[in-house]
Amino acid sequence: MAVRRFDLEAGGDTFEFASETEGKISFWLAKYPEDRKRSAVIPLLWLAQKDNGGWLSEPAMREVAERLEMPYIRVYEVATFYTMFRLQPVGKFHVQLCGTTPCMLRGANDLKEICQNKIGKAFQVNESGRLSWEEVECLGACVNGAMVQINDYYYEDLTSDTFAEIIDKLENGVEVEPGNFVARQRSAPEGDAITLIDSALFDGSVPAGISALPNAPSELPESDLQPLGAKTAKVKKAKTVKAEKKAADAAIEATAELPEETDDKKRPEVVEAPAKGETDNLEAIKGVGPVLVKKLNSLGVFYFEQIAAWGEPEMAWIDEYLSFKGRVARERWIPQAQELAEKKKS
Amino acid sequence: MLEDKDRIFTNLYGREDWSLEAAKKRGAWHLTRDMLQCGRDWICDQIKASGLRGRGGAGFPTGLKWTFMPKQVGDRPHYLVVNADESEPGTCKDRDIMRHDPHLLIEGCLVASYAMRAHACYIYLRGEYIYERERMEAAVKEAYEAKLIGKDNVHGWDFDVYIHHGAGAYICGEETALLESLEGKKGQPRLKPPFPANAGLYGCPTTVNNVESIAVAPTILRRGAEWFSSFGRDNNKGTKVFCISGHVNKPCNVEEAMSIPMKQLIEEHCGGVRGGWENLKAVIPGGSSVPLLPREICDTVLMDFDALREVRSGLGTAGMIVMDNSTDIVKAIARISYFYKHESCGQCTPCREGTGWMWRVLERMARGEAEHSEIDMLLDVAGQVEGHTICALGDAAAWPVQGLIRHFRHEIEERISNYRIGKPLVQGASVAAE
Repeated sequence: MAVRRFDLEAGGDTFEFASETEGKISFWLAKYPEDRKRSAVIPLLWLAQKDNGGWLSEPAMREVAERLEMPYIRVYEVATFYTMFRLQPVGKFHVQLCGTTPCMLRGANDLKEICQNKIGKAFQVNESGRLSWEEVECLGACVNGAMVQINDYYYEDLTSDTFAEIIDKLENGVEVEPGNFVARQRSAPEGDAITLIDSALFDGSVPAGISALPNAPSELPESDLQPLGAKTAKVKKAKTVKAEKKAADAAIEATAELPEETDDKKRPEVVEAPAKGETDNLEAIKGVGPVLVKKLNSLGVFYFEQIAAWGEPEMAWIDEYLSFKGRVARERWIPQAQELAEKKKS
Repeated sequence: MLEDKDRIFTNLYGREDWSLEAAKKRGAWHLTRDMLQCGRDWICDQIKASGLRGRGGAGFPTGLKWTFMPKQVGDRPHYLVVNADESEPGTCKDRDIMRHDPHLLIEGCLVASYAMRAHACYIYLRGEYIYERERMEAAVKEAYEAKLIGKDNVHGWDFDVYIHHGAGAYICGEETALLESLEGKKGQPRLKPPFPANAGLYGCPTTVNNVESIAVAPTILRRGAEWFSSFGRDNNKGTKVFCISGHVNKPCNVEEAMSIPMKQLIEEHCGGVRGGWENLKAVIPGGSSVPLLPREICDTVLMDFDALREVRSGLGTAGMIVMDNSTDIVKAIARISYFYKHESCGQCTPCREGTGWMWRVLERMARGEAEHSEIDMLLDVAGQVEGHTICALGDAAAWPVQGLIRHFRHEIEERISNYRIGKPLVQGASVAAE
């Protein structure tokens, strides 16, 4: 087990995700079921580490906890368990040297000496602030040992000379492309290729040579696959549904004419718009979205108490105004508003 | 040598383009809908008939594993999770599949998911594989755009692929630890039962498969189970990507037929052992967790599950670590022990304490600074760690040590004796330090 502690002081008091990271955060959150946000903790910590100069500070962990609605301690638990989360500042280029046996057999210990001589002690940022290093366990590029990972990418097939050159260049502000450092195609053996040289593999003759599946049953079983013919119909249908929804939204958005007031239809009481904008968050009512909030506000409805006080006539009037066909009752706006108003009081 | 036309991963080295058009030319996404139309039973039966055994190390028959999922989807969705947390020292095959032949993997995910009634699949990459992750994301995007996967795709089975990543914990390669990690927790293995097929990701029925096992499936279905099972001995069928690292002239990954003799594999593809076959000292044949084999055994042993088990080692992930006579073998195994010490999740005491203890003793033994009786003590402790932990990391930490003592006990003894001649043992000097 690796025991790790983090640097409390170097992290300061605040952390903010870079604005361009927000898109990435949504990208990750979209991958997991709604109620399983927590699954994104490793990806988000990773993004936070990127935005924090290559290491995780305490405020960064707190920010991730807040985003994922997780207790902070659970984020801390994850951050300290996984060794790619660095808990103290690192250099602009952080070298992770693979020291496990396959790389050790190919000279990783020599590379380690170079790190010690040129950069200093492990986990310490060098004077210029450009370099730091650590020894890590197997990076999974064993046939390309000895190798290191610098920031995100792999530098493979290294010798003492090539590695020393890389370190010198990085220290002097020269970028170095990652990849193989001997003449070799990725993980292929050095020298002339003896496998995968048959050009017929790549010219399309492989799929052309298989016209039907071997061993396919003579009669296909009943299948739950969507039939291909019906696919277009389904797409059309999905499109229509979408269009209908759009039209409905537009209908809400457009200023409809105010319905006439009759005995069983009454416009809800109007309240003056509050000066400082301190209104209730009407979106807390299930079924009410941002568009509706705007609409309700324009009618002079700002507070839970107002909705809670509606009777049948007001409900009917709103229903007609928003052409809702009974949605206010169906979604139980009034009881919901009553509850929320109660809660607000206490 | 395996003929080129019989290789599944025809872009293993990335000489060709990885993207969709080129992958299709190499045969990917061909007749995929036909496979699904043949039905779930047919898919599972074909994979069973091909003799494919899981490529992640344990060697469990893949087709059989797929049939363990519930036959009806209840109120919990089914999931396929692909284990791409490749971290076993000596192993780097999944990396090449993902960066150079990603579409074979995505196609495999669709076929396997359909066979298991899953509409969603998570691919869990190790955190360090950032380049590979970017490549996979790009390939998944291509597949969505071409409507090969996603909602209302051309195959008629709604299906989503999500790429997830870890952050540098070897233990997350254990399937239940991987699920914990995917749920946003620390990667500590779960007790089994319940098995993932009943309660896996988010408590839903889940199957966890290795990248290679999934990526070979479509090609097996396309070319026929008999084709795949024509390679290798009984019970050890198919082709396999081998990784050969360490003291060979040309370390490399290569796809070969199962049951190929180890010596032939090394000589044909890796230009032989550095300094000639006679200079070979030992080989760890299946990733760092399996016991090493001395040269006498390497002379004749075949690279498959059964042959290697007969010599008390294992095929594991087929990541071979070759060591020539210049190797300090005790030091090499001590480094592996350090690896397990570092990667133990700390949940079970025998592993948490045992891995560190074994490493410290081996470090002393590498210097000769030990007593003869400690060799048996080390063996005894290794035996107590083995089999007494929730997951197999305890076993994986014990086996290399047991292998070392089984085959190189004389070398440790010699080292201890030499140390004593040069420097008499001072009482108390050999207390395991830390």
